[in-house]
Amino acid sequence: MAILVIAEHDNKQLKTGTTNTIAAATKLGADVSVLVAGHQCADAAAAAAKVPGVTKVLVADAAHYAVPIAENMSALVVSIADKFTHILAPATGFGKNFMPRVAALLDVAQISDIVGIESVDTFVRPIYAGNVLATVQSKDKIKVITVRITGFDPAEGAGSAATENVAAVADSGLTQFKGQEVTKSARPELTAARVIVSGGRGMGNGENFKLLEALADKLGAAVGASRAAVDSGFVTNDYQVGQTGKIVAPELYIAVGISGAIQHLAGMKDSKVIVAINKDAEAPIFSVANYWLVDDLFKAVPEMTAAL
Amino acid sequence: MKVLVGVKRVVDPNVKVRVKADGSGVETANIKMAINPFCEIAVEQAVRMKEAGLVTEIVVVSVGLPQCQETIRTAMAMGADRGILVDTDVDVQPLAVAKVMQAIIAKENPQLVIMGKQAVDNDCNQTGQMLSALLGWPQAAFCSKIEPAGDHAEVTREMDGGLEKLTIKLPAVVTADLRLNEPRYVTLPNIMKAKKKPLEVIKPDALGVDVAPRLITLKVVEPAKRGSGVKLADVAELVSKLKNEAKVI
Ligand SMILES: Cc1cc2nc3c(=O)[nH]c(=O)nc-3n(C[C@H](O)[C@H](O)[C@H](O)COP(=O)(O)OP(=O)(O)OC[C@H]3O[C@@H](n4cnc5c(N)ncnc54)[C@H](O)[C@@H]3O)c2cc1C
Ligand SMILES: Nc1ncnc2c1ncn2[C@@H]1O[C@H](COP(=O)(O)O)[C@@H](O)[C@H]1O
Repeated sequence: MAILVIAEHDNKQLKTGTTNTIAAATKLGADVSVLVAGHQCADAAAAAAKVPGVTKVLVADAAHYAVPIAENMSALVVSIADKFTHILAPATGFGKNFMPRVAALLDVAQISDIVGIESVDTFVRPIYAGNVLATVQSKDKIKVITVRITGFDPAEGAGSAATENVAAVADSGLTQFKGQEVTKSARPELTAARVIVSGGRGMGNGENFKLLEALADKLGAAVGASRAAVDSGFVTNDYQVGQTGKIVAPELYIAVGISGAIQHLAGMKDSKVIVAINKDAEAPIFSVANYWLVDDLFKAVPEMTAAL
Repeated sequence: MKVLVGVKRVVDPNVKVRVKADGSGVETANIKMAINPFCEIAVEQAVRMKEAGLVTEIVVVSVGLPQCQETIRTAMAMGADRGILVDTDVDVQPLAVAKVMQAIIAKENPQLVIMGKQAVDNDCNQTGQMLSALLGWPQAAFCSKIEPAGDHAEVTREMDGGLEKLTIKLPAVVTADLRLNEPRYVTLPNIMKAKKKPLEVIKPDALGVDVAPRLITLKVVEPAKRGSGVKLADVAELVSKLKNEAKVI
């Protein structure tokens, strides 16, 4: 087994999902290389070398890898793919964007969003918004896999892998990067947070999310939302938790004014402790909650903030 | 310009699926089916671009059972002009669908292909990206804005941390995210009109594509249920439970 993990990073630091993906890779075998493709990404490469379980860091440093453009990322991965039996990336917006291209170019299936590893060719993945878990087997020569990061805990400790440069593949020139609007927040990132406070349509408007922010700040939490809250324009899209948003599994998830549609549950039901605050005693969110309060959120949330 | 849209027939997302007694798959007999929500958004996008005078013809393609004709008719009732059913009873996986689409595109020569970002049955999120790679065309996945302008398009993509803007050369493959638009409701007169629109049925063999599955499903199970929780009297009790029982704050 020779395993390649594609690192998600910002040229300086690894994104959290990378360490979880490396943890998944180490379950497949001991020979785990990490590809850091970026621009002036020595810091990110150094960080990858310190992750436990990594044996080698491959660095492709070129201007056209400053941001991960799908065409360029996939061409680079394919250029080194024949040395590996497994290629893994986090099932985040990063991995989902280019990994299917890698699979298609190698003429193999992609195994999306794995949450379990049964053997080197057999994996568990959720389907139907997490209502069903499928065990699938791949006979393809190279396994191209995206890893649901909540399925694997990062290993503890420190490693010291060797670093090696790999040649860049020429810029495809097919797409031109025009810019990013990155949401800035002093709070932790949703997928990395230990505690998440999420609001739904019950919040009424965007202004009322301040109530959740105040609570989040007391708890050192990230703020999330249901799709209804996003659709209603209360918060931006990157807050969305669920089947088609972010998949999270914090220690504590507090759902406020969220009914608990299956598509929302898909994104949070693996959280360790779930709290629901909803005025409707019949809301389906209560079926997954460890603790629930049938109460008006406009009363309960400020009370909770004050009590902490 | 001509646009091609991939539409998949899936279990209605409001239906809670059940695992078959023998664990071989999910019960789909006598269950309400629907057009995949993201495909509906893809069709809506094409129709809006046609209404804006940017698009001349919309061809929708579905790969699967004969019943997928209903899905194609739904897309036609929304405003698509023509449909192609690639008729197969094989469990078609994303790579096979991408290859079928590639073969059809070689004949149809669209300037833009719009797919949904994800099918809500298998939750694969692969097919559009695979197709783009097979064609060697530019890709913009998870789009919340698509604005064609001559030989290129300006697109906005949804990323985990915000938005990304790209300029892509045409022809290209894009995939639709939820916020791209809100699909229209189909009206009865449009459903009637859709019945008269041309719908071609072909077999994968005729396209020279092997659609055999690459991944074998060994079993499916329902995930473990969470234990039932407790209803608490007030905020004070909640805070106390979180501190002393769950020890998470
Ligand atoms: C293809 C597809 C994908 C989807 N993906 C996602 C996804 O990724 N994430 C997601 O979240 N949804 C997703 N959805 C949408 C999902 O089906 C639901 O529509 C959505 O989750 C509902 O959001 P909500 O719970 O905030 O709103 P609602 O269902 O309207 O619930 C609002 C809740 O707030 C409560 N409430 C109102 N006022 C108060 C108050 N003052 N105090 C206390 N409680 C109050 C109400 O009792 C109610 O339970 C998807 C849907 C589809 C079809
Ligand atoms: N059998 C199919 N027929 C037509 N289009 C499909 C089919 N399967 C997938 N697609 C397209 O690919 C998108 C993503 O599907 P998936 O990669 O399976 O999550 C869907 O929204 C469709 O646009």
